[in-house]
Amino acid sequence: MEATGSVTSLRSSLASSVHLRRSEAINLVVVIAVVLFAVLALPSMLSLYWIDTATAAVVYAIVALGLGLLVGRVGMISLGQVAVLALGGWVGAKLLFATSLPYPVALVATGLITMVLGTLIGLPALRVSGLYLALVTLMLAGAITVVLVDTNFPNGGKGFLGYNDISTGTPPSIRRPSIASSDPAFFRYSVIVALLMFLLALWHIRGKPGRAWVAIRQSEPAALAAGVNVTVYKMWAFALASFVTGVAGALLGSSSRVLYAYQFPTSQSIVLFAVVLMGGVYTLWGAVIAAALLQILPGAFTLWGVSNDWATILFGVGVLQVLTTAPAGIAHQFPRDAAKLGKLLFGLARRLAPAGGRAP
Amino acid sequence: MIEISDLTVRFGGVIPLDSMSVTFESGTCGLIGPNGAGKTTFFNVLSGFVAPATGTVRAFGEDLLAMPHYRRARWGLRRTFQTEQAIEELSIFENVAMVHEHSRRSRASRQADVLSAVEFVGLETDPHSRVGTLGVRERRLVEVARAVVGEPKLVLLDEPAAGLPDEETEHLGRVIREIPEHTGALVILVDHDMELVSACCGVTAVLDFGVVIAAGETAEVLRNKDVMRAYLGTEEAA
Repeated sequence: MEATGSVTSLRSSLASSVHLRRSEAINLVVVIAVVLFAVLALPSMLSLYWIDTATAAVVYAIVALGLGLLVGRVGMISLGQVAVLALGGWVGAKLLFATSLPYPVALVATGLITMVLGTLIGLPALRVSGLYLALVTLMLAGAITVVLVDTNFPNGGKGFLGYNDISTGTPPSIRRPSIASSDPAFFRYSVIVALLMFLLALWHIRGKPGRAWVAIRQSEPAALAAGVNVTVYKMWAFALASFVTGVAGALLGSSSRVLYAYQFPTSQSIVLFAVVLMGGVYTLWGAVIAAALLQILPGAFTLWGVSNDWATILFGVGVLQVLTTAPAGIAHQFPRDAAKLGKLLFGLARRLAPAGGRAP
Repeated sequence: MIEISDLTVRFGGVIPLDSMSVTFESGTCGLIGPNGAGKTTFFNVLSGFVAPATGTVRAFGEDLLAMPHYRRARWGLRRTFQTEQAIEELSIFENVAMVHEHSRRSRASRQADVLSAVEFVGLETDPHSRVGTLGVRERRLVEVARAVVGEPKLVLLDEPAAGLPDEETEHLGRVIREIPEHTGALVILVDHDMELVSACCGVTAVLDFGVVIAAGETAEVLRNKDVMRAYLGTEEAA
């Protein structure tokens, strides 16, 4: 009796792991296809305008990834991620101007420095949560923006503190890697870096920190009772989010060649939060969708001569739609609705084409 | 063995534990008392969620209160919650494994330890199924499996049978009775189901308004006049 039970459970567990592997295989194939398409085909299909827009989308996918980790995994809302991006952009720009570090090394160094700064921003998360954490991080982001504007957001020049006044001419460009100096090449480079950042996040999510994070999100007492050091794991999440956002900042600087403080308004953090919710915080695809909404949509609007304010309005409606009908976001809703639509179309096709088939 | 002496907790003017002193030797021990007697507060002190005003807790020769709360699980303190707290988003296996990976046990022993804990509580569901898809009974068992995996020293069960039908409670009772022998841990069971407590616990202590009013063999304790009064109210009041 007992033996039969364990054999059945073993069999069903094998079946489910095979099933798991199949859905993962599909995911893997889609990821490889998307990355190959983006790296090989996309740059030759797009105009320079769209290549730059797509690069910005790739960069913001990394930023959205960081915020998605905080919100979706640990349940901490940060409204300061764009300020962290600005810090990353600044640190990256200065490192690239002041040192001759190889580009990948400069990227990692930027990530690490931003990680330290961003973790400091996350410190209030140890005391407050929910709305209050959102408010505190928003205030901190505001403060960072003010400081950056006030100190003229060093945008170039020699050494660590060099600054070039724009009114005296075009400031020097932020360095790009030598293998990716053209816009299409830098787009490809960004896609690869973004892929690495997503893999880094995935590695965390699948491992010990990921399990600790979902436990914290569901119930801190339960996490504590399981031996999870809640303080360490919350800070770890902020550190990881800040690291990837810092790397994104460095890419952004190199992509646009010059950084200005107005590229990082505090309000952008709130818009970012909205689109990350729309994209979906429980899967990594959500971050890709969020980035597309945040960059491609306004890019199209600009091209069509439509005011960008419409994007903000659309995001408002979109968040409402997502929160009421699909709390797991578009990344979850789209495959489900597409499957439904497919079934519906299939059913219609069968009903409309009975001539060749059997009579009822 | 766990020795609690002079444990007092104050929340402003409320004193949920009032110089509580009790010793639990070994096996499965009961802790009963009317609602609001301080049972859960006692567990929260042991877990480190509530800091007591005074008192000491010595568990297997160590000062439990001196340990940071997350360290206590590593030491071997485990608990289940009144409202079951298995992690919905993780599978059964991951739920149990995450307790194991924050314990002192080695990574190499994880798979075997986890599967043995799952088997011990009598969960026959596929260990890879997500806990969010399970029913009340299975979730309870997952929580108990979390509490017994690896090398627990002290297992606190806070109303584990709440909301379970009778036959499931019986099964759970059998599991709880076997925990000390299976793992070597001391178990403290809080429950309102006197049948379950009588079936599982050799000794039982009774809390009333934060004071231990009786302790000893379960059958004797349940016959105790003070205990009857605490549960049923005094004759004068009636």
